[in-house]
Amino acid sequence: MRASADHPAPILLETTVNRRPVSLEIEPRAILLDVMRDNLGLTGAKRSCDTQVCGACTVLLDGSPVSACCTLAYEAGGREIETIEGLAGRHGLHPIQQAFVDRVAIQCGFCTPGFVLATKALLAENPRPTRSEIEDFLGGNLCRCTGYWNILDAVADAAVRLEATNGQSETS
Amino acid sequence: MSAIATAPPLLTAIGHDAPRIDAVAKVTGEAQFAGDLRLHGMTYGRLLRSPYAHAHITDIDTSRAEALPGVIAVMTGRDLPAADPYYGHALKDRPILAIDRVRFVGEPVVAVAAQSPAIADEAITLIDVAYEELPAAVTIDAALAPDALHLHDVVNLRPGLFHGLGDIHLEPGNVCYHHAFTRGDIAQAFAGADVVVEGEYTFPAVYQYSLEPHTTVAQWTGDDELTVWSSCQHPFLVRAELADLYALPVAAVRVVVPYLGGGFGSKSYTKMEPITSALARKSGRPVRIANSVDESMVTTRRHGMKAWLRTAATSDGRLLAREVRAWFDTGAYADNGPRVVATGADAAPGPYRWDAVQVDAWGVYTNTSPAGSYRAFGATHLQWCGELQVDEIARRCGLDALQIRERNLLHRGESVRPGGKPLDADLIGDIRKVAVGLNWETPKPAGIVGRGMSVGLLAAGAHPVSTAIVRMEADGGATLLVSSTEVGQGARTVFRQIVAEELALPLEQVRVLGGDTGITPYDRSTGASRSTTIAGLAVLRAAADIRSQILSIASRVFDLPEEALTVRSGAVWHEGESIPYPDLIKAHFGMVGGELIGHGEVRPERGSGSYAEGPVFWEVCIGGAEVAVDAETGRVTVNKAVSIADVGKALNPRLVEAQEMGGAMQGIGNALLEEMLFDETGTLLNATLFEYHVPTIADMPDTFVSNIVENADGPGPYGAKGVGEGALAGIAAAIATALADAGVRIDTLPATPERVWRALAAPVVGRVNEGESVQ
Repeated sequence: MRASADHPAPILLETTVNRRPVSLEIEPRAILLDVMRDNLGLTGAKRSCDTQVCGACTVLLDGSPVSACCTLAYEAGGREIETIEGLAGRHGLHPIQQAFVDRVAIQCGFCTPGFVLATKALLAENPRPTRSEIEDFLGGNLCRCTGYWNILDAVADAAVRLEATNGQSETS
Repeated sequence: MSAIATAPPLLTAIGHDAPRIDAVAKVTGEAQFAGDLRLHGMTYGRLLRSPYAHAHITDIDTSRAEALPGVIAVMTGRDLPAADPYYGHALKDRPILAIDRVRFVGEPVVAVAAQSPAIADEAITLIDVAYEELPAAVTIDAALAPDALHLHDVVNLRPGLFHGLGDIHLEPGNVCYHHAFTRGDIAQAFAGADVVVEGEYTFPAVYQYSLEPHTTVAQWTGDDELTVWSSCQHPFLVRAELADLYALPVAAVRVVVPYLGGGFGSKSYTKMEPITSALARKSGRPVRIANSVDESMVTTRRHGMKAWLRTAATSDGRLLAREVRAWFDTGAYADNGPRVVATGADAAPGPYRWDAVQVDAWGVYTNTSPAGSYRAFGATHLQWCGELQVDEIARRCGLDALQIRERNLLHRGESVRPGGKPLDADLIGDIRKVAVGLNWETPKPAGIVGRGMSVGLLAAGAHPVSTAIVRMEADGGATLLVSSTEVGQGARTVFRQIVAEELALPLEQVRVLGGDTGITPYDRSTGASRSTTIAGLAVLRAAADIRSQILSIASRVFDLPEEALTVRSGAVWHEGESIPYPDLIKAHFGMVGGELIGHGEVRPERGSGSYAEGPVFWEVCIGGAEVAVDAETGRVTVNKAVSIADVGKALNPRLVEAQEMGGAMQGIGNALLEEMLFDETGTLLNATLFEYHVPTIADMPDTFVSNIVENADGPGPYGAKGVGEGALAGIAAAIATALADAGVRIDTLPATPERVWRALAAPVVGRVNEGESVQ
């Protein structure tokens, strides 16, 4: 299809995804979530509300949680994207993931990748959050299954686990 | 918590918090949902939806869309490639795409398949549809008005494959179902009453909001084989309806269900599968249709309801009679409306010992989006109304909420409804546990604070038909084939425990495959809290079948009678001597290979298993709440929620508790936050999650107390009965009764800050629902 006002020419996106350099042609209007899911095959981030309310599409951009459904892929140029697929290491689950498993903070699992990544950002910024600090930070992630109790438990548990590893996991 | 039945001898896997079988896949993003699938040659479907609540379609011009490069197919209601363009499991009232007429805002009118979602989106904008508007009935009252247009020619509607609620005799009009019953002499009971409480109540339309919107992929092989991957709860019912639409044998339709991103009833029965499969047939390519949230909101919802109730009692608080009339707004198509109406009618009396009861419930067509199932339907609609009246009677009789319930609740074995299953739970024991959880005897905190409790029953289990297969491989490991949908509740985890228990295997040696009608055997549905109880029993029987085969083989090998043998730790034992399963299977087949196949089925033990003869069990809907009201703003805070999971036997206590937590939170949403708002044109005003508020993590109660009651009184494995729905209805109603206890009389849910503030500001005499005291 020829470039036109409706169909502008593709642009080159150069970014880092899960610590690997990625370079691909995208439409200027391409949404980050679509690029992750359709072009890169990283389907862990989920589409739900499309309005930056539910957090199911959360990815970390330079360590901060963003809703990939409302982020232009273009904005990720030159930055580091981290998705749920990049979290587990060679030696198994990330301590936050393990906390979600052990605390049964998972039911249908559709919100889980977003919650885990948001928790990573929270604990990087605030290693021992109070309940109200957790509630503030995770207010942008919806879960319809768990009633949030086990998620709250898992976040507190993850904080303890991360502290025990002295923050080693931040670079794992 | 005493067990009244003898426990099975081992219970090595049952009753423990076995880890979720799917936890690692879900926490790493590896778990596959329908929207994660990519088929070779897959195209993307989009729908042009009606902007009008009620209109004739006078013309559709698709030529510009068809000319757009990348468009594969454009389909209208006039060229549907189906033998029968109408479907609906209860009533065949719904065309795959609107045929000549639209009946709600958002009804699919034209479907487009294109090479990319962007092209499909663009093609939709190139379609011109001419409408001629008709008067719309967007409320129950408007639809029941004498001059209302009839949405359907109900007299000539054909029953769906799964109506299941008896003969349909519909009068011309907008009523799609009427359920009524009378017991005792209602007039005499009210005439002899000391206290009568009467009120009108309104319950909102609610969006289930499973995070994953409806997503379906369809692929045809030739014209006579269809495969559908879909976010559906009931694959076998979907298969049957698709086979019916295309006049195919059921085995020619294969429905595959990946993990579901929540359901809560929103994915029960048939939703997007007819459109997607028709579009795939039309385009000759695989098609995916993935709803957005606003599209899922108009795909299905909870019924809005208005009701009138009155309850009679003696002056010392003996409940005498209740009369109920309830109208359920099923929207433009019946979907599961008839079942919702019947279940609501069943729940309306509440689990009390009545001299007389009269209930009338109607399902009403309106020009709004279709309503179907949502967790604890029927009970959630009517329990809060009835329980408010019980509490009001208690107040007038000088009793408290616990006392009046202790005095009037049904006892185990008493009749709940004539011809149906008697009560199979200890409700008084349960409600006392709620009181303990609420610290009932202690003074309430300062401020506008109320404590409330509620108890109800929900006809659960749906139709008791499930099958399961267990394969034991030559290495002694077991693979379970079962079709219950893993919707997040943990069904596969519990099934694995059952197989491990029956075969004395470690959990790791049991795999669970599920959700493929081409491979895994028949299961009626995943809903009505039935999976552990009914599918679980089929699983148990399939595993027991294997156990009996392996014992029979061992009997030959040991040359001993089976009674002298036991299974333990993956082997058959006689006294101190054991033979591992792999050795027995090798002895049986004479080689390393082969497999044992075990079969289990559940079907009605007597009668037809029909709704009238049921239910399979009564799910206890019980809860307690302490609420605090901010007088300035009307905002309600839930200090504490108490749930009682009366489950017979908790096969996995942690998962039971998780069901309670999740159900309770949805109860808070239904009671305080959630309401779909349609304007006078039938347009949904709050069609995004910005405007439609579901509970966030900040809406959690300060404290949540959950007790598991194990009386081994369920019909499922090890005395289990289902869980998952009761907490929603129980907590929602407890919040309503707690508000009343705080002096806030609410007759319309949700109890938004505005409604609560107005109720607080209203003069006491004028408050609604005071009713009048007779004598």
